[in-house]
Amino acid sequence: MKEPEVNIALAKKLGLTEEEYQKIQGFLGRMPTYTELGIYAVMWSEHCSYKNSIALLKTLPREGSALVAKAGEENAGAVVLDEERVIVFKIESHNHPSAVEPYQGAATGVGGILRDVFTMGARPIAALNSLRFGNLGDPRVRYLLDGVVRGISDYGNSFGVPTVAGEVYFEDCYTGNPLVNAMAVGLAKRGRLVRAIATGVGNPVFIVGSSTGRDGIHGASFASKEITDESEEDRPSVQIGDPFTEKLLLEASLEIIKKDLIVGMQDMGAAGLTCSTSEMAAKGKAGIEIDLDKVPLREKGMTPYEIMLSESQERMLVIGKKGREVEIREVFEKWDLNCVQIGEVTDTGRVVVKFLGRVAADIPAESLVLGGGAPVYNPPRKKPTYLENGVKSVKTPDPPKDLGKVLLDLLASPNIASKRWVFQQYDSTVRTNTVFGPGYDAALLRIRGSKKGIAVKTDCNARYCYLDPRRGAAIAVCEAARNVVAVGAKPMAITNCLNFGNPGDPEVYWTFAEAIAGMGEACRALETPVTGGNVSFYNEDPTRMVYPTPVIGMLGILDDIDKATSSHFQTEGNWVYLVGETKPETGGSEYMKVLTGQVAGVVPTLDLKTEKKIQAFVLNQISAGIMESCHDVSDGGLGVALAEMCIGNQERKFGFALEAKPTLRPDLFLFSESQSRFVVEIKPQLTYKLEEAVKKENIPLLKLGTVGGTEFMFSPHFHLSIEEFSNAYFNSIETKIG
Amino acid sequence: MVTFPGSNCDYDCYHVVQDVVRQPAVYLWHKEHHFDNCDVIILPGGFAHGDYLRTGAIARFSPIMREVVDFAMRGGLVIGICNGFQILCEAGLLPGALLRNRSLRFLHRPVYLRVEKNDTPFTNAYRKDQVLKMLAAHGDGCYYNTPEEIKKLEAGGQVLFRYCDREGNVTEAANPNGSLNNIAGIVNSSGNVMGLMPHPDRAAEAILGSADGAGIFFSMVARFAGLVVA
Repeated sequence: MKEPEVNIALAKKLGLTEEEYQKIQGFLGRMPTYTELGIYAVMWSEHCSYKNSIALLKTLPREGSALVAKAGEENAGAVVLDEERVIVFKIESHNHPSAVEPYQGAATGVGGILRDVFTMGARPIAALNSLRFGNLGDPRVRYLLDGVVRGISDYGNSFGVPTVAGEVYFEDCYTGNPLVNAMAVGLAKRGRLVRAIATGVGNPVFIVGSSTGRDGIHGASFASKEITDESEEDRPSVQIGDPFTEKLLLEASLEIIKKDLIVGMQDMGAAGLTCSTSEMAAKGKAGIEIDLDKVPLREKGMTPYEIMLSESQERMLVIGKKGREVEIREVFEKWDLNCVQIGEVTDTGRVVVKFLGRVAADIPAESLVLGGGAPVYNPPRKKPTYLENGVKSVKTPDPPKDLGKVLLDLLASPNIASKRWVFQQYDSTVRTNTVFGPGYDAALLRIRGSKKGIAVKTDCNARYCYLDPRRGAAIAVCEAARNVVAVGAKPMAITNCLNFGNPGDPEVYWTFAEAIAGMGEACRALETPVTGGNVSFYNEDPTRMVYPTPVIGMLGILDDIDKATSSHFQTEGNWVYLVGETKPETGGSEYMKVLTGQVAGVVPTLDLKTEKKIQAFVLNQISAGIMESCHDVSDGGLGVALAEMCIGNQERKFGFALEAKPTLRPDLFLFSESQSRFVVEIKPQLTYKLEEAVKKENIPLLKLGTVGGTEFMFSPHFHLSIEEFSNAYFNSIETKIG
Repeated sequence: MVTFPGSNCDYDCYHVVQDVVRQPAVYLWHKEHHFDNCDVIILPGGFAHGDYLRTGAIARFSPIMREVVDFAMRGGLVIGICNGFQILCEAGLLPGALLRNRSLRFLHRPVYLRVEKNDTPFTNAYRKDQVLKMLAAHGDGCYYNTPEEIKKLEAGGQVLFRYCDREGNVTEAANPNGSLNNIAGIVNSSGNVMGLMPHPDRAAEAILGSADGAGIFFSMVARFAGLVVA
């Protein structure tokens, strides 16, 4: 096949700017070949280079005593669990593929993030996700939801990782461009983490796993532009997942690591062979020379351009130790996987690609990568007009007559209602470590061979981020931490997935910069550094862009798994308290949306000092063993939090008598989304301990009422039977999906 | 514990046998042919060979299955859980088949099982009619057979577990996948090969929400210790 002529027009078609095209010629000292141009285009795409975000990402706190790997240095972040083990975790988006091909898009999103974790030598022990769609009334939205959930389910279940937690939101802004963020958590031996590095001249370079086909070519570039009416034509850019091969690849990869046969390994995700060779060489300050004629191919007639850019799934690049080649091959043979030596490590600092005896590409590795030659931009920012034009000035709704009906409406709102229809399709208990799965504030896993457990959760209230990106992002961090605290774990570190629109739009970029600032402030205050993550720009369809959605994946550690605290009521007769202060704050709330249809107002205030103090207080009380259950107050406010505690355990539902006499208007008392609050359940004979403790620390505490009865009762406002509000909460989504 | 490529509950079963029931356990790779020291063979859950075709249809041709069949023919105890149950049906060691769930979706949730018969090597630790809580996690769990065969199974007392509600009532609402007669677990006519769709291996420790499933493993131990005749 004749290759296209390399010129500026072609460069632009591949997504490069004129300056970037000049820069490439500068690095090479000549015109690039077609293959080289493709390699630069994909490595300098937003997706691989983070060119529009890296300058701001560097302002986030990325260090802490518990961190092993620093953000961006390895495939995933790593946090110390105990003297022998570390927890590896990361979140990543697969939004664009899922928008055109939901099943494969979501499935390969899960596959990609699992590889990021096990390529470091960690066995995946949990998967999470964060999903956002348009309105469920739209049939295409239901098609996307169904496909995404099946994709996650089939891939994770077959691979054998429990999908333990997540979030699902519905909002019109995600209609054409759903968000599909997948997170994986792994467990590794402390001294055995594998780096994505190529070192040692003469060491063999292997391609292992699936053979290479034409699927996924330009996937990274596709992810670096908006969704349009023509996006359907990008369907071939979506990769195809094979969880069975991934499972074999996991076992084989862990085996070669255990046998100490390799110096480095990187998975082939975005930009496939291109990205793995150039990043590993650059990191090792080495070169890599490969021969594409040796790469196992799925189809005939593939060009070097296609082989280098293919994003076929379930592949890894392995840098072996010289002399151990036979042993490496034996491991992959046992698992019936390809393992072919395609080249070796050199000392030239260059990635050299040979094909049919000639050189198809010869590029300084450093010039391709983030932190090296890849461009870094600082796009202009401008405060969005929608914020200037008073989205903030909105009247608090008049008090509704029937608070019981409003509570039922809130519980049935798809954003609050039980996501049972979704999570019943996920295997959340394989590997038998899941102590708390979906339906709890955070998922909790035991760690065998120790008393410890880990708590994990994804969180983001994107409405807050839309109305106030800075505070919204800070709240996302705090809420994720609160969820982890509520089950009894200490928040340790986060991974983030930053979903935004086109960074070339100054208004979008302003929201991005603000969100980063808010996230940084909260992470510093809570001492939960950022271990890594992913940026996804260009999340827009022709009519609208998504809300700024910086999703937080939080990791917490619990020293004694026996102290794990449920999010649901435990015993009739126990007393229930609210820790923290309720203010009349309905801006951006679910209450406002359900009552008035608006996403508007001033986002609830957040005081990071108070937040930290209250989290520490609750954690102390849990450690002291006085909490029977604990639940954070978030979307839908106190009313929803209490209802969830009543019925969250479907096998043991409780009524509740809300006896507190609020000083606030009753609707605001029930539905305000004031931050830094927890509801806690305590045995009557131990309540004095809580009351003493709050006095010492000057923390607001309000006795709410008593667990028991057959109703959720708030006299004189409502008496709702358990069945009534349980139906609203559990059957809403199933009914809407039909 | 037989490990097929794609098995993913081999580790869970191993853990229960080794750490909960405290009996020696070994993994058997699917290409092996020798397991002379084993008293019980467990085919664990998962997606053997990816299960891209009918579940268990390829696994039955795994080299080790010839020996598993011989072992069963000689009266050895064999238990298949979830995917293992599907493989035993495909291999002809158990009657019937497991079809796609009625919902056509993968289903993960706690289920209750009623013990129909406790004079077997797999259920002697339970009371008859005892209600057990275990976890269902399957896409193809709908037990199916011809009406005549079902009649034979019922008459022969080969149905060991039925889906029921928390009180032990066998109802349509308590049937998670459409299985005929709410059948969750069966035994072959000689009584030494059992298949069970929900996971006792995931319900063997209180910290995970139920320890009811451990009884199946303890039953087998009791039988080898000579504590029961069954």
